[in-house]
Amino acid sequence: MMNDVITKYELVVGLEVHAQLRTQSKAFCSDSTDFGALPNTLLSPISMGHPGTLPRFNGQVLEYGILLGLAMNCKIREYNEFARKNYFYADLPKGYQITQHLTPLAYGGYLDLECEEGKNRRVGITRIHMEEDAGKSIHDQDPLDTLVDLNRCGVPLLEIVSEPDLRTAREAYLYLQEIRRLVRYLEICDGNMEEGSLRCDANISVRPVGSTEFGAKVEVKNMNSMRHVQKAIEYEYQRQCEAVERGERIVSETRSFDPQAQNTFALRSKEAANDYRYFPEPDLPPILVTPSVIEGIQSKMPPLPAALMAQFTQELGLSAYDAGVLCDQKELALWFLTLISGTNHTKQAANWTMGPVKTWLNARALPISDLPISAVSLAQLINAVQEGKLSHHQAVQQVWPAWLEQPNRNLQELLKDLGLEGGTVEDDLPALVQEVLASMPAKVQEYRDGKKGLLALFMGEIMKRTGGRAQPARASALLQEALN
Amino acid sequence: MIFDGIQCYHDRLRSGLQTVRAEVLACLERIHRYESYGAFLEVYAEEALAKADALDAQGFGGDLAPLTGVVVGVKDNICYKNHRLTAGSHILEGFVSLYSATVVERLEEAGAVIIGRLNCDEFAMGSSNENSAFGPVRNPLDPDRVPGGSSGGSAAAVAFGGCHLSLGTDTGGSVRQPASYCGLVGIKPTYGRVSRHGIVAFGSSFDQVGVFGEHLEDAVTLLSCISGADDHDATCTASPGEPLNTSSSNGPYRLGYSPEWLENPALSPVWRQRMQEAMKTWEEAGHTLVPCSVQGLECAIPVYYILATAEASSNLSRYAGMHYGYRSPEAHSLETTLKKSRSQGFGPEVQRRILLGTFVLSEGYYDAYYAKAQKVRRQLKDRFDQVFESCDAFVLPTTAGSAFRLGEKSSDPLAMYLEDQFTVLANLTGLPALSIPFGPDTNGMPLGLQFMGPSFGEAALFEITGRLQALVPNIQPL
Repeated sequence: MMNDVITKYELVVGLEVHAQLRTQSKAFCSDSTDFGALPNTLLSPISMGHPGTLPRFNGQVLEYGILLGLAMNCKIREYNEFARKNYFYADLPKGYQITQHLTPLAYGGYLDLECEEGKNRRVGITRIHMEEDAGKSIHDQDPLDTLVDLNRCGVPLLEIVSEPDLRTAREAYLYLQEIRRLVRYLEICDGNMEEGSLRCDANISVRPVGSTEFGAKVEVKNMNSMRHVQKAIEYEYQRQCEAVERGERIVSETRSFDPQAQNTFALRSKEAANDYRYFPEPDLPPILVTPSVIEGIQSKMPPLPAALMAQFTQELGLSAYDAGVLCDQKELALWFLTLISGTNHTKQAANWTMGPVKTWLNARALPISDLPISAVSLAQLINAVQEGKLSHHQAVQQVWPAWLEQPNRNLQELLKDLGLEGGTVEDDLPALVQEVLASMPAKVQEYRDGKKGLLALFMGEIMKRTGGRAQPARASALLQEALN
Repeated sequence: MIFDGIQCYHDRLRSGLQTVRAEVLACLERIHRYESYGAFLEVYAEEALAKADALDAQGFGGDLAPLTGVVVGVKDNICYKNHRLTAGSHILEGFVSLYSATVVERLEEAGAVIIGRLNCDEFAMGSSNENSAFGPVRNPLDPDRVPGGSSGGSAAAVAFGGCHLSLGTDTGGSVRQPASYCGLVGIKPTYGRVSRHGIVAFGSSFDQVGVFGEHLEDAVTLLSCISGADDHDATCTASPGEPLNTSSSNGPYRLGYSPEWLENPALSPVWRQRMQEAMKTWEEAGHTLVPCSVQGLECAIPVYYILATAEASSNLSRYAGMHYGYRSPEAHSLETTLKKSRSQGFGPEVQRRILLGTFVLSEGYYDAYYAKAQKVRRQLKDRFDQVFESCDAFVLPTTAGSAFRLGEKSSDPLAMYLEDQFTVLANLTGLPALSIPFGPDTNGMPLGLQFMGPSFGEAALFEITGRLQALVPNIQPL
């Protein structure tokens, strides 16, 4: 019955994502932003909101904001103001947060998600603005009191607000995944939702299929992983559909996700919400972003996943799946680019990367930067196989493990040690083929009578006689030539 | 006149006729004598004497730092490292500043002796110094009258000789109005001339540190010492070390005035008459007078009180009984900590302004009040920029009359707010302005003559002020 109800309503989701920036110092003072320092140790009078203190803007925040804005296809605003968002809380010593209100740094962008193979979904980006974080209120460490750690006060954030363009929980998940990948590519945020360096609030509503008006939206907070976001949206979709079906009015409210129960519960209604009394921050002059500043930042733009995906699939002919795995992390994608700069055998390079290379790294939980063998060296090995100097089997089973043990050896020495040096059997191969076929006349006849599967038998014999050093493709071609 | 000026003082120090210690002791003696006037909240007697002794031991050969041995008092809304700070409020009970304001650091570098912190209206909100949580300040020229506010302590202390010069802050006239009431020179520089780092914020886009002195020259010297860009304040844009006491032009000068304002019925008749005489003398000396029409004076007070209180409502949010300062004994939750501490810690005028500022920023009212006021503020700034295309300085009253009696206006906030009608113009426009003594009113109390100048045009402004002061003999201190 539930499914019937759900098919009558369309889910509408917009996400607000906060990305904590990896700057050395805070947004408006020189205090350190180290994560994991002892509570209340990274504080100057400015972070503590002492009388007479003034903010001073950290230009790195602007650069990171412009980078992300450009990467999300946004327009960058020339005239930027900061604003104060006023509210009282124990972890907000100034009594206001410095943010951007009417003049977000970036606006009007989009992000393309690949929801199914080859099928893109474009999600509008309403705005990206700069702001400072509040401190942390810790409610579960002391039985009586809430503890406050102000270290996080003033740490820079970018808030990324999407259009209400997401239509399934899965799309929301993919959107977050894409943002995480982007901020990691740009190296502006570590993208870790569990540690709170990437946070997400979801605005969720439902409406009858075909309707163009939006339903009353519910904001869900406190989701500490991308799975939680997906779960919360799925739960809300169902809850709201059922409520509407029962004839209830959806209340515009703020709800919290409960990861244990996998559901959401009401925190407060929007009517009772704070009036933040925004006004322009008088302590900070407006920032002018000139076209030359934007050009300068654009020139520092690293390759982005979307462009790499396109390059890998369209130019290099890799499958969308392979390209997706290679582009998941910038370091891996860049490593792969180096690898294929040393070899023309792109497909083999992709197989090596996703096979032996990733297997070795995954077993040790190491990043690609810790692989002892350089991409250039691996390219030599791939080329050697393709040139028939050794078989793929030998390269993977013998050379690769030995090389990982002794990464400083060069390939020639290593092949020599392994008895694979000069191991090319190419020149003798046609003779060997004749020899093998001559030794098995009955089988040859059977083959010619139609038992084509016997090709494997002849191949096996050739491999046996060459100690596996024959290049399979060539051997197979020679065999077929001789047999047909 | 109590102090004969930095120049004479430095001559006496150089010739060995006097020590800094003797000067500090004389100030301390007068501070003691005028204790009941309430100007000082704390006297740093030992520190001041120690600094004096160090200076005396150094000797006075060669070039002296510009404020060597000059005794300076500091308004108690300016941070001084390891010293208490109250801003005239109970809510900062027990608070000790962890750092020094840029202006205090620059005072020390210039060789000044800091003698104490000076009473003021709570969070600089007031025009009579009757809003201090630590009691009112009395006018040294008549103890039944107010010294003006909010920098009443800073004005009174210089007027009775507790210090040579003092620092105040001027958000809507808080330096110029008390200077006028106490017969002193008071300067509010261009917004952005002096760093606000370490100044307890009231209206951030209005606040500027100002200076008090008996002599224009000394006040300018003090201002020069504290001026100039500061890494801690992004709104402070003046180039440091820019000389403010030398003008590039020799005149003749064009002095602007508003004929309508001269006819303002609230204006003291003595002031009007003296102004007419001064204008005549000015023209006779070869300078010119330029009648300027500046409409919108009636908007100045409402616009100022909307914008300054809006900023104040946000600036004062940090005083919440949470991380420092006064916490109510009835605080036992987040909400009671905030509500009780703020209700008990702030005085009535501060609460009134926080409420007003909160209201004008509220959803649904923002456009009608804050946004509209910002627009009028910009128009006013444009008008004054136009005025300074046709004149070099603009002259106007500092206040309509002279110092009123204690309690006279305390029950009428609107009458009190009108005290600022001529002074807020410089704060709304960010332009530099100063008040000089303008002879006695019929009651014997001093009046003030105010000059405004173009943005960062202090040097010419002071030059013109000095010329007029020299030409018109009755423009003198009492």
